[in-house]
Amino acid sequence: MITLNDYLLVAGILFAIGLAGVVVRRNIIVIYMCLEMMLSAANLTLVAFSRFHLVDGAPDYAAQSLVFFTITVAAAEVAVGLAIIVALFRAKQSVDVESVTKLKG
Amino acid sequence: MPSVLFYLFAAITLLFGVGVVVARNPVASALSLVCSFTGLAALFISLDAYFIGTLQILVYAGAVMVLFLFIIMLLDIKAAEGRQTNYATAVGGLLLAVLFTVQIAMVLGDFKEGNKTLADQTLNLGAAASKTSLNTIKDELAEGTLPDAKLMGFTLFDKYPFQLQVVGLLLLAGTVGVVVLSKRDRGGKEEVS
Repeated sequence: MITLNDYLLVAGILFAIGLAGVVVRRNIIVIYMCLEMMLSAANLTLVAFSRFHLVDGAPDYAAQSLVFFTITVAAAEVAVGLAIIVALFRAKQSVDVESVTKLKG
Repeated sequence: MPSVLFYLFAAITLLFGVGVVVARNPVASALSLVCSFTGLAALFISLDAYFIGTLQILVYAGAVMVLFLFIIMLLDIKAAEGRQTNYATAVGGLLLAVLFTVQIAMVLGDFKEGNKTLADQTLNLGAAASKTSLNTIKDELAEGTLPDAKLMGFTLFDKYPFQLQVVGLLLLAGTVGVVVLSKRDRGGKEEVS
């Protein structure tokens, strides 16, 4: 049978994949997608804990409310982040993170 | 949910997640991420979180990924990454992911609470029905169905109305911010860089 640990392990592996993507890739849009993946992995742990912590026989809806807020904030974050990427592309004509070295010492 | 379906959807989520990282073409990455999110939504639904699962498909796999694809096609960056992979960072990233996974697995090995199965934790809808005050929710719980969206809305508006308004304000601020950021400078103002 499927235990809570199985869900948590899947979420952990998904987070690790996203983390590796953020480190390895240099395309800023792909890095952004990997960040979204890490956020979703955190959501999976929240939903799993919500289901396995019953309140009066029903899942814990406080945790699912937190997931709702996370999804909303992530959607706003994507809109702003992509606007920044478009502005960056206009300035540099590239979406490679190595083209942005202005703050490098 | 049968174990087979859990393994199927977990495999879909993780394999397409790897696809996001290894695909050379950003469009392929974005489409992999759509599939990964769909698998994740199935996992949410397997945890009786029907509303969150639907939201995951509508907001993430729908709206957010369309925005990503739109930007990828607007900037036309299909050949942007033609250069050789940096093997030092590739090995470093892989090592980081493996170390993180091993650590999670070791922590979960000691986590005795986590050995509960879904069968140990069956929903007790009758008990939930006697605790709720709202009649529509109470009736559905008494019939033996879980009114997930109704319970979700009840929690949001009953326990977290202030936070809900703050999030609405955040979305407004985000919208205004995006308009300001993506407006082309017409005067002599400095370029965003």
